Formats: sequence, structure tokens, C-alpha cells
Amino acid sequence: MVMLHLLLAAAAADPTKGLTAIGRGIVYGAAAIGPGIGIGLVVGNAITAMARQPESAGTVRTTMFLGIAFTEALALFGFVLAFIISG
Amino acid sequence: MSLLGVDVPPVSHVTIWGSGPLGINKTVVIYLFALIATVAVFYFGTRKKDALVPSGILQNTAESSIGFVRNQIIMQTMGVDGLGYLPYLATLFFFIFFSNITEILPGVQFPANARFGVPLVLALLTWIIFNVVGIKRQGPGHYFVNSVFPPLGDMPLVGKIAMYALLAPIEFLSTFIIRPFSLMVRLFANMLAGHLILTTFAVLTAALWAAKITVIIAPLSFALLVAMTGFEVLVSFLQAFIFAILTAVYIDISMHPAH
Repeated sequence: MVMLHLLLAAAAADPTKGLTAIGRGIVYGAAAIGPGIGIGLVVGNAITAMARQPESAGTVRTTMFLGIAFTEALALFGFVLAFIISG
Repeated sequence: MSLLGVDVPPVSHVTIWGSGPLGINKTVVIYLFALIATVAVFYFGTRKKDALVPSGILQNTAESSIGFVRNQIIMQTMGVDGLGYLPYLATLFFFIFFSNITEILPGVQFPANARFGVPLVLALLTWIIFNVVGIKRQGPGHYFVNSVFPPLGDMPLVGKIAMYALLAPIEFLSTFIIRPFSLMVRLFANMLAGHLILTTFAVLTAALWAAKITVIIAPLSFALLVAMTGFEVLVSFLQAFIFAILTAVYIDISMHPAH
């Protein structure tokens, strides 16, 4: 409730600017949730694979970087979107 | 902040083009440096190619990096078929690496790829290449069908129709539109984010140092700045590597479609 009052007070002072900043924060924060979990899964499983079969570590590492690159793209879209949002 | 009298474009210019077609700023100077460095390494590094044992730092750098691109990027994805793309991939890798590494070069400290113009051109170049390779290797019709309708295996006809109604638009978007866009965004956003982090901690350290009592915690911010600088070396290398290997993977998918 206090938070809401603060937000409304900030919005009343300069209606668009504060809300834009909040929107940017929410956009990037929300966009980072999924890729955070996804990269954790990718790297965790890659480490398991490397520990079980050290001789295949080279191939697993390359594939892991590919998996990370595909997963983190979503977070980066959010990062760019946060810049594009203007108020 | 300026280098040779040319200014860094401000952050608000991320989505705005520069001042006119011939406006030279710091980004352009760094790209020229990257271009000259890439050409110089391979021109001067390969002049003594008849010598059986490589000697000198340039020749060793050129030969071992060609070996790296060959073994770590091409053989891992395309196999022997893709060795013809070694010049393109090696150039791509080195150009991106040299324009990234200026992020931590003292006095410059700005990754040119943090502005999306050139990453966009590189991504479009890759897009053109993998499309042309696909059309050449499979023919236009087969290429389009293979990339938009992936094989599903055994399934009743109704299921196939339902699956393709869902899959075909997604596959089309992901192959022809999201691929170049995500290549561009991945490189540019990673470099921009790293640059912003370094700038934030540098400014924070200076501000803590300037104030009277907060001097005590300034070393913490400075230590993180040093650590992040080390991390950005890794990121510069990794982004160049990932751009090159994704290009190799896309060309591989065009050359050898799933059966």
C-alpha cells in the first residue's frame, strides 16, 4: 500500500517519466527469468556430461556454448526492448 | 570522453543513426582499426608460408588461429564439407574479436559492436550466405520445404496436418526472420551490456573516491571493476566465437538438411 502511494506520488510529479522507468525495469526483469532458468539447466547438464565422460568434454563445451547462445537471446531481446521503450 | 577528437555516441543513440552518411565517430575509427588489424595479421603472417617451421609472433598467431577456426568451429559443425568457408569464418571471427577487444583497451575503452549498424550488416551477410548455400545445394523448392516443414516421423495424416499448421509459421519465422535478428542482437546487446557495466563501476568508483567518508568502500567497487574487466576479455572472445560458430551451424543446416 505504501509502495502504491509512492508510485502514484512519483507518477503525479511527472506522469510519464517514472512509469517509463518502471516499465523498463519490469521488461528486463521479466525477460531475464526464463533464460536464467534455461542457462542454468544447459550448463548444469553440460557439467554432468563432462564429469561422466571427460573425453567428450570438447564436443560438450562447444554444444553448451551454442545452447547458451540460443537461450540468452531471449534475455537480450528484453534488454534491447528496455532501451527502445521511451516515454 | 574523446579519442583523437572524435566523440563516443551517447547511449541514447543506440536506436538512432549517426549524423549523416559520412559522420565519422569513435565507432568508425575502431572499425577501421579492426579492419586493418585483421588484414595485417593474415597478410604479414602468411608471407613466409613456404617455411616448414613457423617463426615470428605474427606467423604463429595466424597459423594457430586458422587451426583454431578449422578444428573448433568448422570440424565441430560442418565437417570436411565446410572447409571452403574457412576464409569467411576466420575473417568474421577476427574482425568481431578486434572490434570487441577495444572494450578493455586503455584509452579507447569502447566496443565498436555496442552500436548495432555493423553487427546488422554481418548478420545479413550470414543470412544471404546460408540462404544461397541452401538454394544451391537443395534447389529452391526443397530448401523451402525442408526449412519450413521439418520431418515429423510416423504419424496419422490428421496429426501431421495439425502439427504443420502449428509448426510451419513458427519455423518460417525462426529460420528467415529471427535468425539474422538474434545474431545481430546477441552480439550488440552483449557488448553494450558489458560496456555499461564497466562504465557504471568506473563512475561509481570515482564518485565514492570523491566523497569524504565513502572512500572506505571505494576499493570494493574498484575490485569489481577489475574483475569485470577480466570477464569482458572472455566475453569479447566468446561473442566472436559464438557469432562464427552460429554462422557455421546455419550453413551446415542449409547444406545437410534433416532427413
